[in-house]
Amino acid sequence: MLRFLIRRVLSATLVLFAISVLTFLMFFALPRDPVTSMCPKNCNPARLERVRAELGLSDPLYQQYAGYMKGIVLGRDLNSAEGGHCAAPCLGYSYINSEPVSRTIARVLPVTLSIVIPAAVLWLALGVGLGMVSALRRGSVLDRLAIGFSLTGASLQIYFVGAVLLLVFTYTLHLVPVPHYTSITQNPADWASGLVLAWVTLAFLFSAIYARLSRAQMLETLSEDFIRTARSKGLPKFRVYGQHALRAAITPIVTIAGMDIGGALGGTVVTETTFGIQGLGRTTWDAVREGDLPTLMATVLIAAVFIVVANIVVDIVYAFIDPRVRLG
Amino acid sequence: MPQPDREPDLADREPAPEGQPPYLTVRDLNVRFRTEDGVVRAVNGVSFSVAPGRTLGIVGESGSGKSVTGLAVLGLHDPRRTEVAGEILVDGRNIVGLGESQVRRLRGRSVAMVFQDPLSALHPYYPVGRQIAEAYRVHHRSASRADARAQAVRMLGRVGIPQPERRADRYPHEFSGGMRQRVMIAMALVNDPALLVADEPTTALDVTVQAQILDLLADLQAEFHTAIVLITHDLGVVSQVADDVLVMYGGRAVEQGSVAQVLRDPQHPYTWGLLASVPTLRGDPDADLTPISGSPPSMIHLPDGCAFHPRCRYADRTGGRSATEVPPLLPTGEPGHLVACHLSTVDREALRGTAIGAQV
Repeated sequence: MLRFLIRRVLSATLVLFAISVLTFLMFFALPRDPVTSMCPKNCNPARLERVRAELGLSDPLYQQYAGYMKGIVLGRDLNSAEGGHCAAPCLGYSYINSEPVSRTIARVLPVTLSIVIPAAVLWLALGVGLGMVSALRRGSVLDRLAIGFSLTGASLQIYFVGAVLLLVFTYTLHLVPVPHYTSITQNPADWASGLVLAWVTLAFLFSAIYARLSRAQMLETLSEDFIRTARSKGLPKFRVYGQHALRAAITPIVTIAGMDIGGALGGTVVTETTFGIQGLGRTTWDAVREGDLPTLMATVLIAAVFIVVANIVVDIVYAFIDPRVRLG
Repeated sequence: MPQPDREPDLADREPAPEGQPPYLTVRDLNVRFRTEDGVVRAVNGVSFSVAPGRTLGIVGESGSGKSVTGLAVLGLHDPRRTEVAGEILVDGRNIVGLGESQVRRLRGRSVAMVFQDPLSALHPYYPVGRQIAEAYRVHHRSASRADARAQAVRMLGRVGIPQPERRADRYPHEFSGGMRQRVMIAMALVNDPALLVADEPTTALDVTVQAQILDLLADLQAEFHTAIVLITHDLGVVSQVADDVLVMYGGRAVEQGSVAQVLRDPQHPYTWGLLASVPTLRGDPDADLTPISGSPPSMIHLPDGCAFHPRCRYADRTGGRSATEVPPLLPTGEPGHLVACHLSTVDREALRGTAIGAQV
C-alpha cells in the first residue's frame, strides 16, 4: 500500500511537471503578445517594452519557467510593479487586475465545488438507480422509458438543456432565481436556489450515461453464476439483487465516477458560462482569452491535480471493494 | 480416473431399502424456454425419483436437458421466460406452480445445489465464511451472527478444509479449485438439506481432486442420509457413486435403471455409444475410442421420431419408425430397467457386443 502510494505520487508529480511545461510553452506559442492586453489604449512601443521587462517576459523561456516553479516551491521576490515578495506557494499575480492568483483561486474554487459535488450526488443516485431498476425490469415500459431517457440525455448538450431550463423555470415560471453563487456558509438556501439549475442540467446529462452504463453492468452481473448460487441458497430477491448483484455491478461504475468527478472539478466551463457563474472553468477560459499567464498556469495545474488525485483515489477505492485487486 | 469396468461388482451395491419412500419424485417434467429463435424444448416428459441416502446419476451430453432438470428441482427457472409442466414432488409437495416465496423457503434448506465451477459460483467479493453463514442465517432467522459463523467454520472443517477458523475469512480466489468446491459443498450442506442436486460437481477439477470430492460427497451422504441427484457427462463418476442412472438425450429419458442394469446391461444405442467412448484400463491401449458420430440435436427443432435416430447406426432396422414415432420408455423385463428404443430385444442383444466393442 505504502509502496503503491509512493510510486503513484511520484508518477503524478511527473505528470504535473509535464503539464506545466506544456501549458507554459503553449501560452508563448499563441500568436498574441500578453503585454498588449495590459495596456489596451495609448500604448507606445516604449511603454510596452517597459512592462515586458518588469514582468520578466523578455527573459529566456526556461528562466521564466524556472522562476515560476521556484515561486510555487520556495516563494519568490518580484519587483515592486508586480507586488514585491510572494511567499510559497507563489502563484503570481494576475496580469489583468494584479490580484494574487491564490486569492482568485480561493474565490472561484468553492464555486466549482458547489456546482460539481451536489450534481455528482444527484447524477449517481439517479443514474445508477434508474439503470439498476431498468435492468431488473428488463423489457418493461419502465425499462423502455429509461432507455429513451438515456438516449435523450446522451444526445443533448449543456448549453441547450441549460438554456431551456433557464427559459422555463427562471424567465417564464419564475420558480427559480437567476443563477448566482452565494457561499453555503452565508446562506444555504440561497446557495442552493442559485445553483439548482446547474445541478439539474449536469445531473440530467450525466445520469443518462450512468443509467445506460449501470443497466449494462447489472444485466451482465445478473447472468453470473454467483447470482444463481445466491438464489439457490434461498436468499430473498431484494438481497440477491440489492446486495450480491449491486456489489458486483457497482465496481466499474465507481471507477468511471471517480474520473468524471475529477474531471468536472477541474472546471465546468460550459455549465459556468451557460449560467453566468464565475467558477474555475470560466476563470481558466478568461485567462486564455486575456493572455493572463499566472492565472492560466494555476487553473490548469489545479485541474490536473484533481484528475491525477481522482485516479489515485479510484485505484485505492477499487482495492477496497474488490478483494482480488492488490495494490503494489 | 475410475473406470466402469474397474469397479468392484456393481451388482453388489445395496438395493434400495424397502419401504423407504422417495424424497424427490419427478413426474412427466417438461421445461420450455421462449427465446427469440423459437421455443427451446429442453426437457420433455422426464420422470424419476430419489430416496433418502440414494444417489441418482443423470447422464447426457451438453444440451441434453440434464442441468435444466436440476435447476427445475430447485425452482430456479425464471417464470417469465420458462414454462415448467409436470410434477416435482419434494417430500410429497408439488413445487411446480408454487409461488416464489414458498419455493424460496425450500431452497438451501430442504433442497440444496452444488454447481460446476466453484470460482464463478461463489461471490468474488465476500469471504467464504460469510457466504456460508449467510446461507445458514437466511433459514435460521433467530441465529446470531456469531452462531452462523460458528456453523460456517464447523462446516468448513467438516468438508476437510484445514484451519477453518482462519480460512473462513479468505476470499474464493485465495482457494484452490478443489478447496473451493469443498466450500461450495459446505455451503450447500450447512442447513442439512434432505436433497442435494450436484450439477457437474467435479467437471472443473483435475482427476485426483475429482476422486476426493466424490469421496467427500459419499461420506457426507452416509452421515446425513441425503438424497443426491448427480448430474454429469462422465460415466466413470456415475459408476463410482450412483445407485441409479437416468440417461438423457434430446431432453428425454432414453434409458434408466440401477447402475448395474444400465452399465452392465445397456439397452439403448446411445448408452452403448457413451460406453464405447470411455477409455478403459483393460482394453488395447492403442485402440481408438469410438465417438458417437454427429452432434447433439437442436433443442428448438428436435428430430421427429426418436431424437437419436439421425446419429443411430441401427435406425434403418426399425422399418422407418425411428424417424416418425417417438419410442415410449418401456420396461426391458428386468424390474426397474426402462429403455426407449424401437429396436427389438433380439436385435439389441445381437448388436450390443459389437457396438460397445471388445471392451466390455
